[in-house]
Amino acid sequence: MQAYERVKTARLSSRPTALDYIHSLFSGFIEFHGDRRHGDDKAIVGGIAWLSSIPVTVIGIEKGHTASERMERSFGAPEPEGYRKALRLMKQAEKFSRPVITIVDTSGAYCGVGAEKRGQGEAIARNLMEMSTLDVPIITILIGEGGSGGALALALSDRLWMLENAVYSVISPEGCASILWRDGSKAAEAAEALCLTASDAYSAGVADRIISEENLGSKEFYAALKADLRDEIEVLIGKEDLTELRYQRFRSFGRRENDL
Amino acid sequence: MLLSFEYKAKNELEKDGRSTAPLYGEKEIVCPNCHRTLKESEAESRLMTCICGHHFRIGARKRLGYMTDEGSFSELFGDIEASDPLSFPGYGEKLSKARDASGERESVIMGTAMIGGCPAAVFSMESLFMMGSMGTGTGEKITLLFEYARAHSLPVVGWTVSGGARMQEGLLSLMQMAKTSAAVKRHSDRGLLYITVLTDPTTGGVTASFAMEGDIILAEPGATVGFAGKRVIEETVRQKLPRGFQTSEFILEHGFADMVVSRIAEKETISSILALHGGKRNAGI
Repeated sequence: MQAYERVKTARLSSRPTALDYIHSLFSGFIEFHGDRRHGDDKAIVGGIAWLSSIPVTVIGIEKGHTASERMERSFGAPEPEGYRKALRLMKQAEKFSRPVITIVDTSGAYCGVGAEKRGQGEAIARNLMEMSTLDVPIITILIGEGGSGGALALALSDRLWMLENAVYSVISPEGCASILWRDGSKAAEAAEALCLTASDAYSAGVADRIISEENLGSKEFYAALKADLRDEIEVLIGKEDLTELRYQRFRSFGRRENDL
Repeated sequence: MLLSFEYKAKNELEKDGRSTAPLYGEKEIVCPNCHRTLKESEAESRLMTCICGHHFRIGARKRLGYMTDEGSFSELFGDIEASDPLSFPGYGEKLSKARDASGERESVIMGTAMIGGCPAAVFSMESLFMMGSMGTGTGEKITLLFEYARAHSLPVVGWTVSGGARMQEGLLSLMQMAKTSAAVKRHSDRGLLYITVLTDPTTGGVTASFAMEGDIILAEPGATVGFAGKRVIEETVRQKLPRGFQTSEFILEHGFADMVVSRIAEKETISSILALHGGKRNAGI
């Protein structure tokens, strides 16, 4: 499949959203709200749940399925308070030694006057800093769109798994084409050039696993994913130098031979 | 006290100011804000600011010359070059143009220096190198500097100028936001100071990583500082943006900077802050 076909597939509103995953992979999910500073962003859902017998904190970017759901969820474009809610829940997870699972699906952080006033850049930057030393395992599943800093703000994790048709990119192909060639219709070319598919991310070492979409959304699909998640969490819980490994994982991207 | 001034330039491109070379005599610069004509030596003596308060964009090395003690700057990691990991169409040419225009190998230069007698690790971003965008070389250098400063117990002072993550290096550019942030955090966890000075423009992935992670955040008057591009926001919200939106003064008002400082008072402010954090005793160089 061409890269841009994957982008379009990743954006389909019929795909399972974060809440579909949350309800299928975990049991007893209790949703928590608010960043304790400004408000509650509905583009990000988070709370606690059971992954089999392990208590976990789960945070997802929710796009919604129907038109009204998508409006309510701001099409999965989080505001600063969404990222701050996520950080609050991650710090809470650290306090209670709960692994964190984030489910990412966003075209990007919300672009608006209010978001800028309330420090969109600062909110993302803070998450990156704090996640880098969060002392519990973090696994991210990228289920659809991984739109730039708005996706990365929940993805500074020990493992990144991507759905077969998920994409992860520094900029949308349309944005890239319009900036570089002043022609948004060249998005397909931009998508190829950006190397944004799951297999590109896997080759670059950014994604650790590609999840087949053969039975996407079926009982078998979730059962297999749940078993994999539980196994991986158990591996990560056993690691004593977790935050050092996380540092080295990100340190390796674009590394030059120039050791101190 | 707020050094605010009415900003009149219509767009980003105008902020540089036109320079005119008369047939005889000294080179002159026209201020894009008040349209005054300044002799180059006059602007230089005011650290490239106009009498009206406008701050001209300046290069990374010139800035370090203004802000560090004479002869104290010693460059680090200067051999790291921008690379083209994706063989992105047209990027090779853009890089060679950027090198010619700026005389630099990447969009940031760095090293150690003294600021008012206080030692620090410093970095300064270069607008003439692809508008200070962050590629893998940029992220690598910033990370190396924080690792160096951590190993030598030095504070970091950094001047940011950036259009954001560099799209021609794809996902690996995005990963530099994570990498640099992790390095800032490790430096911070050692109890070491990090001061950022936001200069025109600081946007996108750099705002959403190391620019906003300083313990103390200073900003130059009138600089554009924000996350999303103005045009993107206008298209999203379909309305005119308020005056002064995404400027240093705007982020100060909303609580995301500690102070707006004129370039003329900048060095003294930074050295005072360094001294209050044990600056001169902390001679790690």
